[in-house]
Amino acid sequence: MADHSELETVIGLEVHAQLSTRSKMFCDCPTTFGAAPNSQTCPICLGMPGVLPVINRRAVEYGVRTALAFSLRLNAACRFARKHYYYPDMPKNFQISQYEEPLAEDGWLEIDTPSGVRRIGIQRLHLEEDVGRLVHEGEFAAAQASLVDYNRSGTPLMETVSRPDLRSPEEAAIYLRAFRAVLLHLGVCDGNMEEGSLRCDANVSLRARGAAELGTKVELKNLNSFRNVQRALEYEVQRQAEALAAGRRIVQETRLFDADRGTTRSMRSKEYAHDYRYFPEPDLVPLKLDPAWVESIRADLPELPRAQRQRFVSQYGLPAYDAEILTQSRALAGYYEAAVREHANPKAISNWVMTELLRELGGDDEAAVARSPISPAHLGRLVRLIDDGTISGKIAKDVFARMLAGGGDPAEIVRREGLTQVVDTGALEAMVDQAIAANPKAVADFRGGKTAAAKALVGQVMKASGGKANPAMVDRLVQEKLTRI
Amino acid sequence: MLGTTIHELTTAFARGERSPVATAEAYLARIEALDAKVGAYLTVMRDEALAAARDAEARYRAGRPLGPLDGAPIALKDVFCTRGVRTTCGSRILERFVPPYDATMVTRLRTAGAILLGKTNMDEFAMGSSTEHSAFHVTRNPWDLGRVPGGSSGGSAAAVAGGLAAGAFGTDTGGSVRQPAAFCGVVGLKPTYGRVSRYGLIAFASSLDHVAPFALDVVDTARLLGAVAGHDPLDATSVSVPVPDYEAELAGGVKGLRIGVPDEYFGTGLDPEIERAVRAAIDVLRDLGATIERVSLPTTEHGVATYYIVAPAEASSNLARYDGVKYGLRVPGKDLIDMAGRTRAAGFGAEVKRRIMLGTYALSAGYHDAYYGQAQKVRTLVRREFEAAFARVDLLAAPTTPGVAFPHGAKADPLAMYMNDVYTIPASMTGLPAVSVPCGFSAAGLPIGLQLIGRALDEVTLLRAAHAYEQATPWRRRRPDLG
Repeated sequence: MADHSELETVIGLEVHAQLSTRSKMFCDCPTTFGAAPNSQTCPICLGMPGVLPVINRRAVEYGVRTALAFSLRLNAACRFARKHYYYPDMPKNFQISQYEEPLAEDGWLEIDTPSGVRRIGIQRLHLEEDVGRLVHEGEFAAAQASLVDYNRSGTPLMETVSRPDLRSPEEAAIYLRAFRAVLLHLGVCDGNMEEGSLRCDANVSLRARGAAELGTKVELKNLNSFRNVQRALEYEVQRQAEALAAGRRIVQETRLFDADRGTTRSMRSKEYAHDYRYFPEPDLVPLKLDPAWVESIRADLPELPRAQRQRFVSQYGLPAYDAEILTQSRALAGYYEAAVREHANPKAISNWVMTELLRELGGDDEAAVARSPISPAHLGRLVRLIDDGTISGKIAKDVFARMLAGGGDPAEIVRREGLTQVVDTGALEAMVDQAIAANPKAVADFRGGKTAAAKALVGQVMKASGGKANPAMVDRLVQEKLTRI
Repeated sequence: MLGTTIHELTTAFARGERSPVATAEAYLARIEALDAKVGAYLTVMRDEALAAARDAEARYRAGRPLGPLDGAPIALKDVFCTRGVRTTCGSRILERFVPPYDATMVTRLRTAGAILLGKTNMDEFAMGSSTEHSAFHVTRNPWDLGRVPGGSSGGSAAAVAGGLAAGAFGTDTGGSVRQPAAFCGVVGLKPTYGRVSRYGLIAFASSLDHVAPFALDVVDTARLLGAVAGHDPLDATSVSVPVPDYEAELAGGVKGLRIGVPDEYFGTGLDPEIERAVRAAIDVLRDLGATIERVSLPTTEHGVATYYIVAPAEASSNLARYDGVKYGLRVPGKDLIDMAGRTRAAGFGAEVKRRIMLGTYALSAGYHDAYYGQAQKVRTLVRREFEAAFARVDLLAAPTTPGVAFPHGAKADPLAMYMNDVYTIPASMTGLPAVSVPCGFSAAGLPIGLQLIGRALDEVTLLRAAHAYEQATPWRRRRPDLG
């Protein structure tokens, strides 16, 4: 039997992105997340008798924008189709989706992997409506009743199917991150995986390295974070490799990832696959894209993350890692650049954004960045206060905490709180003299050859100054005075 | 009141010779007295109708009626959603369904001041040609209570024929307005697909469903169409083309019009009495100045087969939503799928189940191309054939039905029932406008309909010819006697 190293992993990702339009795909209900159950519904998204769908132009625009960003070919006339299956969260018991004539086909996304740049094919992009949500009383299997919330029903979804071009779980995670970054730059999706705005299914199979044929694929669902995408794929690759090594065949099926156990389990076999009975949606006419409209969308495309990342490296001299983090969303990149415009220390500002700010924001998407209590200009000024010696790095962290709590200009906070660094040599000398007088043991130790005793004295001075003394100056003064004694 | 048209009523309202309230009361009284015999209505909207009539009366008193339908008492097939009034679609599954919204055509009728008398009986989900498939009761033909009024809009046709409404609306998917119009001796017009919004019309077959009026004469027909026609932002298939003043365009006659007579509509299966009446009607049109020529529409014979793929396929999809979860009937089950199964088993009648099964089969993997795909191709051929015919002629003239109204229970075999639609289906599949106008009576005194088919969106020519024919013949003056 084949050794694992002779097997090649083949992964393709299907990504469902909720489009951040104000209204739903086929009616004018709002798409707000988290509202009271069934409060965001109307006869259309409830699938009542006699209602008809009308296409949301903005959703099509977002689809076109995304298609252009991934170099997909737009179909001049695309159609919607009905996909049938019975499930109570789907009010009409069919989903209006696209089948034979999707909005766009055949594009790609370039990703940077440890083994270099890889171009991952994107097979198709289509628009469809989301379903509602079932809430079961207790455990699913034993539930006495189920409740349905149709708020999500009819929310615009954009499905993009990659080609089976990904070769490792790590690459899959890189692709998904890069994909999400593009959507965030385009402003078409908020990219929130926990809330389900961005959902990913993965198809994974193994084959002998160099083989032309694909192996039997397994579809993985319930991958609600980047980490879980990678974990689930790693587990599944291992599971399939062990099965093949043991001479078992892989069953084509859908498996659910259990994040608690870190394993996948069989959900349903494709042998009992649904017959979706697709046919063209008779209530909608074919969607013809006006070429002038498409061109105006193309002209409005923003800088995409990969180009932006390269520019951040060359323009700001940032390490690739920093540039990658800062360009995850248009909002975060914009924030960073505004801060650098205020104070031109790109690396220092990058450090502040990546460590302090991102930790506090709890996200890098547009909403999270918009919620930041600290404006980019104020963050720039904070770094300037360090650079011009007004405050120490340590004090800057206190100032940052105050900025988070109440906002405001850091210079003003420093002034108000009296946090300005003490650089007056006379004042510092007096403090050093006092410390030396109060710590005869430390002085004796120093003279006995324990140079580390000087550090203790510096610490005493810093403590006495409330952290405001310029540490470099204190250090120099302590050294001078001890040597002279 | 029997035989009084909408235009006669509203003229009398405007002159103060009649009262909209008294008129509505008279219709309601007649419904109460006679509908037990006819069975035209499923729901009578007594209070709403009287309230609307009082408003209409106030407007006429103030000299400011809303338009040519203000105060007109009309009936609606129970397929149109009416806010706050139960809408059953003739089915147990929607027996207690009360829509929270009005169909666009209902809104337009209310805006025009029409008085909605009630909701009329129909074949369940508009599937049938006799109104015998209603889950609630049969409707009887006012000309002979032992016979069907046709279907699926039989309740609306019987209401107009029997003087239980001055006008009415039905839906025509394969002939469901033209055929009952012919059986009941009234005018029935299926407009061009897209001319009238379908929003709020409970779907049977989306690409074939048409909102269609019934009236005592062509003037009323034009008036009813004018009130509901026009683009609706809620229906993506409704067309954005200006609505002509149909009534103002009625005069002008048929002089110079080229009328085609398709050979295939006069073949085997056509009742000789009907052939005689229709050929005589064509002679009248010739005498009025039209040029008559033979045309051929060879795909006609495939129409019924094609229709019975496309319509059930769409129906199987449209009716999937009735699962007991959200509205209508619910029969509890051991789990969600079981509940949906039990609900549908109990809620749908035999004909609806038959068509859901036919349609599900036609769309299934492995059969999709052979059935649904092939039917769509035939539909394209039928469309091209009509386009070719309309390059030579302005209108087509043909019988509406192969036979007259049949006795209840006479067509228990579904295929015999389906063949009733052989002459009406082609205009449904092509979306072309078509009207059935009374053109005589059988020896037994049963009405016969002449069908005219026009070019897409050319209801003006269609109605003009129907009007000229109607004015030249005495048929509209004969009314059934309900006692």
